[in-house]
Amino acid sequence: MEIYGVFQVIWWLLLGVLLVGLAVMVGMDMGVGTILRYVGRTDLERRVALNIIGPHWEGNQVWFVLGGGAVFAAFPLIYATAFSGFYVVMLLLLWSMILRPLGFEYRSKLPSAGWRSMWDWALFVSGLLPMVVFGAAFGNLFKGVPFHFSWNLTSTYTGSFLFLLNPFAILCGLLSLSLSAFMGSVTVMNGAEGAIYERGRTMARVSSALAIVLFAVGGFWVHGMQGYVLTSGPGAGVPQTPMQQVVTLTDGAWFANFHAHGLLWLLPALGFAGMLLGLLAAGARRSHLAWWLGALAWLGVIGTAGVALFPFLLPSSSVPAQSLTVWNSSSSQLTLTWMVGFAVVFVPLILWYTSWAFYVMRGKVSAEHVAADEHSY
Amino acid sequence: MHDITVVDLSRWQFATTALYHFLFVPLTLGLSFLLAAMETVYVTTGKQIYRDMAQFWGKLFLINFALGVATGLTMEFEFGTNWSFYSSFVGDIFGAPLAIEGLMAFFLEATFIGMMVFGWERLKRGQHLAVTYMVALGSNLSALWILVANSFMQTPEGASFNPVTMRMELGSLSQLIFSHDAQAKFVHTSIAGYVTGAIFVAGVSAWYLLRNRHVELARRSFRMAVLFGVLSTAGVITLGDALGFVGGQAQPTKLAAMEGLWKSESAPMPFNLVAFPSQKDQANHGQVQVPYALSLLVTHSMDGTVPGFDKLEQQAVERIRGGIPAVEALQTLSSKPGDVDALAQFRAHEKDLGFGFLVQRYSQDVSKATDAEISTAARDTIPQVAPIFWSFRVMVAMGLAMLAFFVLAVIFSLRNDVVRHRWFLKIAVWMIPVPFLACEMGWLVAELGRQPWTVYELLPTWMSASTHSVGYMIFSLVGFVGLYTVFIIAEMYLMLRAIRTGPERPDDGDRDSDSLLNDSVNGGRLAGAEG
Ligand code: HDD
Ligand code: HEM
Ligand code: HEM
Repeated sequence: MEIYGVFQVIWWLLLGVLLVGLAVMVGMDMGVGTILRYVGRTDLERRVALNIIGPHWEGNQVWFVLGGGAVFAAFPLIYATAFSGFYVVMLLLLWSMILRPLGFEYRSKLPSAGWRSMWDWALFVSGLLPMVVFGAAFGNLFKGVPFHFSWNLTSTYTGSFLFLLNPFAILCGLLSLSLSAFMGSVTVMNGAEGAIYERGRTMARVSSALAIVLFAVGGFWVHGMQGYVLTSGPGAGVPQTPMQQVVTLTDGAWFANFHAHGLLWLLPALGFAGMLLGLLAAGARRSHLAWWLGALAWLGVIGTAGVALFPFLLPSSSVPAQSLTVWNSSSSQLTLTWMVGFAVVFVPLILWYTSWAFYVMRGKVSAEHVAADEHSY
Repeated sequence: MHDITVVDLSRWQFATTALYHFLFVPLTLGLSFLLAAMETVYVTTGKQIYRDMAQFWGKLFLINFALGVATGLTMEFEFGTNWSFYSSFVGDIFGAPLAIEGLMAFFLEATFIGMMVFGWERLKRGQHLAVTYMVALGSNLSALWILVANSFMQTPEGASFNPVTMRMELGSLSQLIFSHDAQAKFVHTSIAGYVTGAIFVAGVSAWYLLRNRHVELARRSFRMAVLFGVLSTAGVITLGDALGFVGGQAQPTKLAAMEGLWKSESAPMPFNLVAFPSQKDQANHGQVQVPYALSLLVTHSMDGTVPGFDKLEQQAVERIRGGIPAVEALQTLSSKPGDVDALAQFRAHEKDLGFGFLVQRYSQDVSKATDAEISTAARDTIPQVAPIFWSFRVMVAMGLAMLAFFVLAVIFSLRNDVVRHRWFLKIAVWMIPVPFLACEMGWLVAELGRQPWTVYELLPTWMSASTHSVGYMIFSLVGFVGLYTVFIIAEMYLMLRAIRTGPERPDDGDRDSDSLLNDSVNGGRLAGAEG
């Protein structure tokens, strides 16, 4: 393979790393938002839950920002086509996400119960909706999205907003929501005591059980679905536009990569194992272990989806030949190379100081402390 | 084909969301450094008052920061959602600084801000100080990278068109990063943020001094802010001049708009101090001129000249005629990749490609473009002169006013008698909105002056937008305006409340009563779901 092709694959892998980072780190904070009104019955209990992620949500959220930036830099055609095509969904995602910074910072700044309750609802919406959209977006990749290009690569999306809310996409959205609720629950367990801890434990068990079922149902569903096959085209490592390939649709084709390379079955296995062992670990009150198992479950789920679709990134249902793949939507070799360089230097650095931040803030958050500390949310 | 209403609505939406984002950005940039400075004094002298200062201004910082982050999220995705052709056409170049910004700056800023807020008790003094510096460094690095990206749009350097992939591709990252425009823009804009932070701290402190509250804290904050402010304002003006100089060479149409220069004149050119530019008449009304000044200002010599719109429009006509064959060649290449003749034709006319796109707005088939269509397209290269002309003058006037203010403030502060000049303290309070306005004006000059291009002389704005329906665009614009209006009300309310409360610890009675209140309101709401 051309060296360019190697960089394309590296960026496809890095994109996976980023998506897992996003799902784990942002997902756990959103999970806490989703279950906030359940684990916290009183204002003080809710503040305890919020202060567990208080020092970290901001840094975690950058995984989401970087996700946007990295897709832009490495796969600009995906950034352009997907985000404009999913316009209304993107708006719902953004509008709910931008409630979060205010929810954290502003909620406890006024004593009024109505004010706080309003922001609790805002945190609920901004935890639930983005995770559903995140999963639903993946779901739509399997079904294909109706878009096409004109001669100069202006993309046009021809579906409606409702098209994106089909049953399979909703199933994927719920899967993503339950995984995030699981991560949120074990995060609450990590940092809380007493009643809050117990409610977190209940929620962790319910959500991981749900996730197992949804992941299994999703697998069967995809099995019966028509998948896309790249039958011919310029291939990896060749500069091209999405106008030069032939794509066919075949039943069960999304399983082709797994059939071709048996080892890949480890990914869905990892997904199931993470969820199941996570359920048991939460039950056994081993919440830190459960957190890591949840992260592995995310890796398994996102890895499974990515590998099933490969080399497709955004299949077109209206003009399949113009589907976007790793080969035809990536940046030039020079950009990819530079960006690999930056990632190699900065990702370890980020992981290092993020771990330091979690280390400094380790331990339980007590209600007394939250009530007494003027810096707490 | 793009619907021009959609393009206009996309522009309104981008302008609204970007200008709104930039209401919060400058204060973050400036205040983060002031916080670091205060904490440095605390750590080196051990005086408790500086810790109180860092914590009090830190509280205001956070209220502002939350909205900076929230509105920044919108921006990160808006290129894809609303400028999709732009994003695919230059994403190979433009995406890189955005991604690097995330890797290098946002992670730093956002991770350490959590430590800054929650780490007072857990970190050693020196560690906490380092954390505060990381926040300041992170926000300034983020400004660097986004301005590198923006300056590519103003003066596209280090890239070329690849007819195989039908897009612009990176030629040299260092040329992109070290372009003169990017450097000047970064320094001017980030220092504009420092000015904003300084005025904010000085103004709020003056308000306390007027009311005789928290005098010790306010006096020290005031002095620190004005010292920082006088240097920054001098810097912003020097660099603004440099920006005009660099920008004037690279973007002649923007310069002509800033100066209201309809007709080319011979050296030494006069400067229009006041004028009422009319787009329709292509002339100024009621102008007041300062002889020789323009040559001095924009070319730094007495015999320099810059072209007016009469000449620039003529050049545009020529370049449009040159660009038409380039677009034709691309159309051939898109159906017959590798066609040798088309490639040769493209290479010969490549430098005028953007001008070919410009006329395509009026004639989809560029080979059939009439003379009338070509001159309409050439007329389009003249941006809206009046708003640019005036925004520029307001920004400069505000800069000069702030310089005068800071010079006086430093004098009073050094003589230690600022509290006796109540009129001056009142002015200080009224100065608070000025730097925010100056920043917004600056962006209006920079962005309106770039029109009709998103990437100067390369990609017209009309082509850049996503192909949405008018309905979608109205929906999103209304949504953003509605949400953002609610946000600013909440923000202003909390900010004013925090300022009124002042640096004391909030009294604990307050806390007790509200948790009781919440128990009775929310308690038991989910009872029964447990178990
Ligand atoms: C000169 C400075 C500057 C400019 C021109 C912009 N920003 Fe900004 N941005 C900042 C300076 C900044 C900052 C100072 O770093 C912020 C503001 C407040 C804050 O919290 O960080 C920020 C926040 C911020 C965030 C949230 C980061 C986080 O989660 O911590 C995003 C995603 C963006 N910005 C993206 C953008 C985009 C895509 C822009 C271009 C249209 C843009 N910003 C213009
Ligand atoms: C936060 C500071 C910024 C402000 C206040 C600002 C302001 C504006 C304004 C007023 C417009 C509308 C011009 C018009 O169409 O009439 C605009 C357009 C635009 N700006 Fe900026 N801008 C900012 C930063 C940026 C940056 C950093 C970039 C790129 C990285 C950028 C890219 C664009 C684009 C793509 C458009 C739309 C196309 C256009 O209409 O020109 N802007 N901006
Ligand atoms: C008094 C002298 C000043 C001069 C001569 C000056 C000059 C300029 C020029 C020429 C531009 C347009 C850049 C372009 O070509 O795109 C600009 C933009 C800008 N100015 Fe100023 N300016 C001055 C003062 C200020 C002040 C006091 C502030 C705010 C506190 C400010 C904030 C900005 C901002 C935010 C921008 C847009 C970003 C950019 O293009 O760098 N300026 N200024």
